[in-house]
Amino acid sequence: MSDLLYSEIENDLRAGVRDLLDDRAPWTSVLAGTEKDEPYDAALWRAVAGQLGCAGLPVPEDLGGAGATWRETAVVMEELGRAVAPVPFLGSAVVATAALLAAGERDLLARLAAGEGVAVLAVPFSTPPGGPVPAVQAKDGALTGEVTSVADGLAADVLLVPAADGLYAVDASEARRTAVTSLDMTRRLADIAFSGVPARRVAEGPDAVRAGLLAGAAMLASEQLGTAERCLETTVEYLKTRYQFGRPVGSYQGLKHRLADLWTSITQARAVARHAASCLAAADPDTEIAVAVAQAHCSAVAVKAAEECVQMHGGIGFTWEHPAHLYLKRAKSASIALGSPDRHRAALAVLVDLPPA
Amino acid sequence: MSTAPPDADELDRRVDAFLDAHDPAATEPLEFLRARFDAGLAWVHYPEGLGGLGAPRALQPAVDRRFAKAGAPTNQPERNGIGLGMAAPTILAFGTEEQKRRFLRPLWTGEEIWCQLFSEPGAGSDLAALGTRAVRDGDGWVVNGQKVWTSMAHEARWAILVTRTDPDVPKHRGMTYFVCDMTAPGVEVRPLRQITGEAEFNEVFLTDVRIPDTDRLGDVGQGWQVSTTTLMNERVAIGGAAAPRESGMIGVVAALWRDRPELRTPGAHDALLRLWVETEAARLTGARLRQQLTAGQPGPEGSGAKLAFARLNQEVSGLELELLGEDGLRYDDWTMRRPSEVDFTRRSPGYRYLRAKGNSIEGGTSEILRNIIAERVLGLPGEIRVDKDVPWKDLPK
Repeated sequence: MSDLLYSEIENDLRAGVRDLLDDRAPWTSVLAGTEKDEPYDAALWRAVAGQLGCAGLPVPEDLGGAGATWRETAVVMEELGRAVAPVPFLGSAVVATAALLAAGERDLLARLAAGEGVAVLAVPFSTPPGGPVPAVQAKDGALTGEVTSVADGLAADVLLVPAADGLYAVDASEARRTAVTSLDMTRRLADIAFSGVPARRVAEGPDAVRAGLLAGAAMLASEQLGTAERCLETTVEYLKTRYQFGRPVGSYQGLKHRLADLWTSITQARAVARHAASCLAAADPDTEIAVAVAQAHCSAVAVKAAEECVQMHGGIGFTWEHPAHLYLKRAKSASIALGSPDRHRAALAVLVDLPPA
Repeated sequence: MSTAPPDADELDRRVDAFLDAHDPAATEPLEFLRARFDAGLAWVHYPEGLGGLGAPRALQPAVDRRFAKAGAPTNQPERNGIGLGMAAPTILAFGTEEQKRRFLRPLWTGEEIWCQLFSEPGAGSDLAALGTRAVRDGDGWVVNGQKVWTSMAHEARWAILVTRTDPDVPKHRGMTYFVCDMTAPGVEVRPLRQITGEAEFNEVFLTDVRIPDTDRLGDVGQGWQVSTTTLMNERVAIGGAAAPRESGMIGVVAALWRDRPELRTPGAHDALLRLWVETEAARLTGARLRQQLTAGQPGPEGSGAKLAFARLNQEVSGLELELLGEDGLRYDDWTMRRPSEVDFTRRSPGYRYLRAKGNSIEGGTSEILRNIIAERVLGLPGEIRVDKDVPWKDLPK
């Protein structure tokens, strides 16, 4: 059984990231950011990726990284999920980084690890690990085609584009990128078109893409855990101070029992997310099952937590001026991202030999 | 004179030395178990002289494995769950030296089985409302009342018993805790038949039962605090069992799914996968809980584990019955039997479905557990307590 606890180093890392996010990404500024033209918070990204060095955690030191593992990355993801932080960490420091690690690429990887660039995998954000990807044509070192709903597509300097014969890196400024009005404006999508864009092949075959998406799904579970925890904490605090009928509304069993169930689901989310991160870090043969379980569970828990957060706040929870909607939009989008719970259960049906009717 | 408690290596050495001196194949089992207790290798976290060596609790599993590997006799812990899981820690925490020496050794060896006389027909979730009276009489007490849901009462030599000794004060303050000799005159055990048809449990009627004051655990009026120790250990015991993937009920249903393709439907497939994921999540949560305990960071996750376990058992066994279709309409046996342990896998799917209904009631109902999580873990305001300052005798019953 993998280690499902947090090490002292991981706890220190968490404290550092949380301090930074409390200071630089309070929900009021995250909310304000959703109405700005800038697709992400570039200053915050520089602080998380560069100053704190979080982007290079899973990258070996001889490749320019910190030589830690996906377990530490998962802790950063929990904190980013708590803050619904508008930074391209999942896309660049997880999915693209894992794809480049699998591909054995070095130059771009070192840049990403140092926080000096942003790369994202150009597939629809809903693509599950091993799922079909758009057919971008590669011919004579140039790409032609379209990809829709790419997360952090506008934040990227480099796009990693799957084509029939492998994975290509292109300069993002060479592609035509269109901003998408996204359900989650803290992690915005872009539609991207390539018309004969010069490209460099970084991997043959589909394995690098699959590795990137698998790492993404594993790490997303930790982000969802963080979002769910924040929703529960926000709700519990509110229910202690809100009085109706002469009592704190948190004294009613109708609410307490739902929150007890939510807390129980979150303790489970922590166990499955830690297991997925540990398996990924150790390249454990159980990784695919662990990731599918983590995604099927944590997606649902984060959505439930955010929905309960809105409902239990009553009218104020339905307003633009309260953070509940930021959590809800993040949670619902994240549940679809990298494969919906149902798709992960379908993957499990194959992995654990429970075939359909 | 006390030295540092032994570490894992030292325990290995002591087990090996013990096995050299007591060949498991050539030693009578009870004699072996008594000697193991006296060597401090019964429960290593207990104090010296009481079956332990004051070692960390986390080292016990390795000791047990080493004995098992050598083919040593076990104390059959499944026969004495109440004794080992609840009576022993309570006696250790509140017993006098004499009581610890008298009770713990035969309890651990399994010579004396224990049962629990707590719940009453009128005091279930609200245990502190109990009305079994203990009245002082010379150097002892006379007890009258009725207890219920007592597993193993028909085999038990001793019981842990909580009684009302002062009806004139609010309920939590007027209780006193005893150990009760189940062979004493006035103790009558009657089987209590459950919805499964069998009688795992009993009703126990206490009529003018005399208990010497030396069998009191804790002070007069301290019964609630003593009971709380017992019940905290109960929740750890129920929620914390180790398990490989697909063990328990989900394994039964997964095997059925694989073996009987003709039973499969799309809706059942979805339900099965959802429950498979939830069971795996619960299993990993249990594993994490044990890692926390081993690392000396106990968390409140145990209450959640019990909640999840009860719900999953019920849903998985319900799915199994539905999946079986026609066969789900049949039941194996309604004969009133007296099982000494619960085994979900050896009986029919109908039995599993019915027995699982008890999982959200026994050892704290799911509703009470949710209150506990909401109030003690999340810090939400408590329920309104209309009985808090009312003498027990004035409570509506």
